[in-house]
Amino acid sequence: MGASPVLDTARFDTVAVDAINAPDFSLAGITPLLCVFGAAAVGVLVEAFAPRNVRHPVQVAVALAGTLGALVACVLLAGTREVTAAQALAVDGAGLFLQATIAGLGALSILLFAERSLDPARSSFVASAAVPAGSARDRELMTAQRVQTEVYPLATFAIAGMMLFTAANDLLIMFVALEVLSLPLYLLAGMARRRRLLSQEAALKYFLLGAFASAFFLYGLALVYGSTGSVQLADIRAAGLEDSTSTLPVIGLGLLIVGLMFKASVAPFHTWTPDVYQGSPTPVTAFMAACTKVAAFGAILRLLYVAFGDSEWTWRPLVYGIAIVSMLVGAVLGLTQTDVKRMLAYSSIAHAGFLLTGVLGLGPGGTGSGLQATMFYLLAYGISTVGVFAVVTLVRDGDGEATHLSQWAGLARRSPLTAAIMTLFLLALAGIPLTSGFIGKFTVFRAAIEQGAWPLVVVALVASAIAAFYYLKLVVLMYFSDPAEDGPTVGVPGLPTTIVLAVTVSATLVLGVVPGAVLELAERAAIFGA
Amino acid sequence: MTDFPWLIVMIALPLVGGAVVAALPAGRDPLARGLTLGVSLAVLVLAAGATIAFDTGGDRFQLTTSTPWIESFGVDFALGVDGIALVMLLLIGVLVPVVVVASWDDTSAGRRSMRGYFAWLLVLEAMMVGVFAATDVFLFYVFFEAMLVPMYFIIGSFGGPRRQYAAVKFFLYSLLGGLVMLASVIGLYVVSNSQLGEGTFAFDALRQLEIDTDVQKLLFLGFFLAFAIKAPLFPFHTWLPDSGAEAPIGGGVLLVGVLDKVGTFGFLRYCLPLFPDAARDFAPWILTLAVIGIIYAALLAMGQSDLKRLVTYTSIAHFGFIALGIFAFSTEGGTGAVLYMVNHGISTGLLFLAIGMLIARGGTREISAYGGVAKRAPVLAGVLLIAGLSSLALPGTNSFVSEFLVLIGSFPTRPAFTVVATVGIVLAALYVLLLVQRTMHGPERGLVAEEPGRFHDLDRRELVVAAPLIALVIGLGVYPQPLLDLIDPAVSATMSDIGSDPAGTTPAITEAGAGD
Repeated sequence: MGASPVLDTARFDTVAVDAINAPDFSLAGITPLLCVFGAAAVGVLVEAFAPRNVRHPVQVAVALAGTLGALVACVLLAGTREVTAAQALAVDGAGLFLQATIAGLGALSILLFAERSLDPARSSFVASAAVPAGSARDRELMTAQRVQTEVYPLATFAIAGMMLFTAANDLLIMFVALEVLSLPLYLLAGMARRRRLLSQEAALKYFLLGAFASAFFLYGLALVYGSTGSVQLADIRAAGLEDSTSTLPVIGLGLLIVGLMFKASVAPFHTWTPDVYQGSPTPVTAFMAACTKVAAFGAILRLLYVAFGDSEWTWRPLVYGIAIVSMLVGAVLGLTQTDVKRMLAYSSIAHAGFLLTGVLGLGPGGTGSGLQATMFYLLAYGISTVGVFAVVTLVRDGDGEATHLSQWAGLARRSPLTAAIMTLFLLALAGIPLTSGFIGKFTVFRAAIEQGAWPLVVVALVASAIAAFYYLKLVVLMYFSDPAEDGPTVGVPGLPTTIVLAVTVSATLVLGVVPGAVLELAERAAIFGA
Repeated sequence: MTDFPWLIVMIALPLVGGAVVAALPAGRDPLARGLTLGVSLAVLVLAAGATIAFDTGGDRFQLTTSTPWIESFGVDFALGVDGIALVMLLLIGVLVPVVVVASWDDTSAGRRSMRGYFAWLLVLEAMMVGVFAATDVFLFYVFFEAMLVPMYFIIGSFGGPRRQYAAVKFFLYSLLGGLVMLASVIGLYVVSNSQLGEGTFAFDALRQLEIDTDVQKLLFLGFFLAFAIKAPLFPFHTWLPDSGAEAPIGGGVLLVGVLDKVGTFGFLRYCLPLFPDAARDFAPWILTLAVIGIIYAALLAMGQSDLKRLVTYTSIAHFGFIALGIFAFSTEGGTGAVLYMVNHGISTGLLFLAIGMLIARGGTREISAYGGVAKRAPVLAGVLLIAGLSSLALPGTNSFVSEFLVLIGSFPTRPAFTVVATVGIVLAALYVLLLVQRTMHGPERGLVAEEPGRFHDLDRRELVVAAPLIALVIGLGVYPQPLLDLIDPAVSATMSDIGSDPAGTTPAITEAGAGD
């Protein structure tokens, strides 16, 4: 095909020589990663050695310490730009911004995991995952104090993988990170205490389709390596793709994008999303919807900016088309949903499309404002998403969370505050001014229009209007409908969920009303590579 | 007093008032409405003060303030008014207290506390002031969209039987228009970025841009769609009859009286000065829509069996006249259109309120349920008649001056459209007089015959509601000059922006109009 055997040998030699040099390793630069990986490892040890009755608080403390430590480390590292670990990891503004976002959203998700006062069953997580669902033992454990506390190290590993994903400067590391973040998520999805079969079905679907997507990524990696001779993003860029006769790397890039889009739940690679969002324990759904999205888009941005930034023609048409499909699928199919979590899943698919308009704003060589726009959007969207799922955990009936839309009727009468908070998040997701969602949409649409993609933006705006219908449908139900006789009750949240709601509500408002500081931060941080 | 931040206070005061009213404990409805009335009267005083501080011979934009808001986008929290915006602020100042008094005894059938309603009214007032006072396009957009939220809750929580449907339809139509406008707002910003070196949203800077005609057309269409839905212009009008019919009377008055004016205001403030070439190219099409709207909505109004829907269709017909005046590109036409915006707010507001008083007695919106009310409630019949006459632009009422100005201003530039529009005057007389005749005169029929006791005449509170608007109907019909003095310079400036002949002879015409 493309490269001749002679060239291949030459490349092989260079690689071999490089491999002999001892890799440089900047420990300072990777402290955020060390914090979370460390916390995850400590969590495994706690699981092995700590007595069962203290495990829960200790695990929560370890996981929070790890994620918040990583957040602080990212802040302290601000301004650092280096490439370390044998060119495999990049420490740069955009990477740190995204890592901080993941760590912060991860800490909020951990708080949702830790909520124990809402469910009479004491936790959203199963007491013992190994007990078959529906067995006598399972019913016995339904209200047990015990919790499968492995969820905390698993979540921490996933967060670590996500942070590594956005820092990976090398396709192989990117693949390793993809697996590190995915495997714990497959497990977490199956750990719900209630409706266990639904949860296990979700886990299996996620796993099978995820494995498929990983294979796509790997195949793409192989093709790109085969045609450019390197897995390092900088080398791929240097190899140059100006020659439009080389189809191999373009096919490879396409396959890489498919793998990444799957994780970002972009249509047409979204089919797992509604089932998994619905079946997973709601704190896990919040975690996946917020953090995985940030991580996957972080990787997409880095790949397209660093490796293929000079050859925009290779990916622009593809991303353009996928963005349109994703926005329309998310907006239109969301209309027909009757379950809050499925509806939010389609909302997440539509938002993935909006994020791709920001990706298109990267411009040739990353000269556009797309990177900072997408980073801000990810932050704003992640915060509202964690918040919206936190509200979903509050509305319950005798069987756990009441997620059917009809059960939300008249909620404002029962609990005006909960309904008001939910409305704020829904307005933010719909992109109404004075919420973070509006500023986010504004930035990504501006970036896209600057790159001449105004037809895409018009489609995006129409999709926003369609999607607004289902957000409004929920507001109508909560405020304008009469409550059902045996409707759900609104649980009184414990401290962890209260903290999450307070943080997400205030951040959604602050980012909507006075976004200046964060926008400037994103603008300054918007740089990939050393 | 010119340094006093009139506009900021006019936005902040109702906003704070709304928050306070919303925070009142349940069961304090009397306090809530008292507080709301106090705040809305204070805004009226502020609007009057701002008018006194405004120098009609001075700069185009006055009472300006500007603070950087989102510096990385170049967005300023910039406020300022020209004569057009100022008269709209006066209209808001007058209508909101009237609406508060009109809603004094409203209940929402025991569904919920009315303090939510009053709180949303105040928030809506703040947003309405903001939308007219913004001189930064981004800020305008924010108010334009944020304004939907209070109205959505007013219709959805306190409206009629089909309020859910109406609220969602209202929100979605406006949101769709707004989002398409957002694309144009961003496009405008991108153009300014490439021409001026840094992006800006300041109206005055954007007005100076030299935009390529093709780009102008695209950007114009984005703004136009939003304003055409808002105004509403045929064929984008279908949401208004539903929203107007289901909204509570007070919300309906503000919806038809003020919110819809944002559309026509937007044509004048944004579409014409920013995209003059595109405006000229599209004018024949828009005028066609406007004239179709005048005739079509008038015919539909005649066929309505629902009182509130009838009034909303009359409004759509009137918006056609306003659009005609604006897109005729003459100073008289434009001045007439702005005066029409004010007069329509007053006369349709009065009509809506009078109908509300009738519905409050009969409990139904069906026209066929009423007949011969005049014998039982002569004052109510009189109020409805005055409102109707003002609505059909009888000489001596306020609307006559504006309608006459629009027609006389449009005739020289657009004779064909003007001639067709004139037919609308005849139709207006028909639908108004038919309404008055069917409900007020003749033998007592329907509910009036069955339960005459319910049709008592206006009480003191209702008189207080009607009196100021009737005074304005007559007052502005006889002596519109103060408003014209405010409006005229701003319209001339707009017309010179689009390169149209600004040499109008408005004073002569107004004398002719006022003399009747």
